[in-house]
Amino acid sequence: MTDFAGMTGADIAAAVRNGSMTARTAVEASLVRTEKLNPSLNGFTAITAERALSRADSVDADIAAGRDPGPLAGVPFAVKNLFDVKGLSTLAGSKINRDLPPAGEDATLIRRMEAAGAILTGALNMGEYAYDFTGQNVHDGASRNPHDPDHMSGGSSGGSGTATASGMVPITLGSDTNGSIRVPSSLCGLFGLKPTYGRLSRGGTFPFVASLDHLGPIARSATDLALSYDAMQGPDPQDPACTDRAVEPVTGELDRGIEGLRIAKAGGYFASGALPEAFEAVQRVAAAVNATRTVDIADAKAARGAAYLITMAEGASLHLDRMRTRHADYDPDVRDRLIAGAMIPGAWVTKAQKLRRIFRDTVLKLFEEVDVILAPATPCRAPKIGQQTMVLDGVEMPVRPNMGIFTQPISFIGLPVVSVPVWTEGEKLPIGVQLIAAPWREDFVLRLAHHLEKTGAVCAPVAKHQGS
Amino acid sequence: MTDDKQEIDSLIDAMAAYLGLPVEEAYRAGIAGHLAVAHTIAQDVLAFETSDEAEPAPVFKA
Repeated sequence: MTDFAGMTGADIAAAVRNGSMTARTAVEASLVRTEKLNPSLNGFTAITAERALSRADSVDADIAAGRDPGPLAGVPFAVKNLFDVKGLSTLAGSKINRDLPPAGEDATLIRRMEAAGAILTGALNMGEYAYDFTGQNVHDGASRNPHDPDHMSGGSSGGSGTATASGMVPITLGSDTNGSIRVPSSLCGLFGLKPTYGRLSRGGTFPFVASLDHLGPIARSATDLALSYDAMQGPDPQDPACTDRAVEPVTGELDRGIEGLRIAKAGGYFASGALPEAFEAVQRVAAAVNATRTVDIADAKAARGAAYLITMAEGASLHLDRMRTRHADYDPDVRDRLIAGAMIPGAWVTKAQKLRRIFRDTVLKLFEEVDVILAPATPCRAPKIGQQTMVLDGVEMPVRPNMGIFTQPISFIGLPVVSVPVWTEGEKLPIGVQLIAAPWREDFVLRLAHHLEKTGAVCAPVAKHQGS
Repeated sequence: MTDDKQEIDSLIDAMAAYLGLPVEEAYRAGIAGHLAVAHTIAQDVLAFETSDEAEPAPVFKA
């Protein structure tokens, strides 16, 4: 196979389903590419080759026997290492979790992807305990941006960005508490879906901030997002926040295009405090769909602050005991943020939760007038690995907590978002734009992402990096 | 609490003892930095007007 890396999940599934490629061939190609590129890009922390090949043979056997192998037949995928993978300790990017016993079963979403025919090939690097926007990890090393390995992949689902953009696998799963799917999607030039809060089960994953944690897919096409999203929907008693709402498949909706969708740009908070490239990308997307209207998402700065405080406090609560006994084993920056989080007043956090409900009501009113809101995904393209600070609007600020300034207010109220990749001629690195909709309207943002992809306004090419 | 360095240092000492958390000297500058950022960010949250009837959303439903 000469061009496995360029194939989307939908391409692979179509080829496997029509018999022009076996699942084993697809998995072998993925493993070969991973073995070649991972030493220089550091996306994977574990490769489950034996399991993947066995599963591929099972998919091929289903096809040979005339059984439907599922809509993702033979599609290799990998997961951020906070997902339970049977037989592996669930690292969540940490040193401490290496002491955990191997997981006894797979996370819910892995099981659902495999029930649809997809094949897990391994676990992916991430920022420690998901408290990160850079993709750097003091224990495993940084996951690198395949479009320029001297630059960050983005975090905390950094390995998910690395593995997808390099063509090791067409689809990865990540988590997004404050932007950790959308930031690496932006920095690595990918499509990333953060669904509505509660839509996809978090069963069998290591948590960070229960109030804000989401899971979702990253891919190189909107169709692959839709296929995997459809495969993963459904209630799950393992996750108390997971909705009982009926499954609402979106893949069949994609070709409806954007007719009837009211699309606007976000102004105010989302139109300042970033480098020009972030706003140019939003304008490019807006121009592609003739969106001229601007809406102001009021109180977004306070909403971001509230998400920030809730994250500090809930993160500290999760780690309080470990911080007493294993403090020296944390990434120092994560540890210091968690200890600080234990010291902020409870009254602040309760106020933040009140603001959350009010902010939600305010933003939902906007969706009476528009269907999709466009906003930057990150304030700049990928910083260099190791870069500590950046200058935005003349203000120098730390990179690590501030790459999520535009994603944080949106996940705060659980809205569904697709980050789409925008490229500028002459630039080595992409930048993302958030397509934001009302709760449960994943169909709107995926239809728009698919339209933008079909018309060439956005794209997610495989990186040219060939290893070192 | 303010973002004054001395007050933050005092807060760290008091809360570390109160919570039984270890704060080694090497951690102190990082913790203080994060507390200062949190204090600044909290001002936007605290300035946001809420009625007495406003309810928090600890289990959020979208």
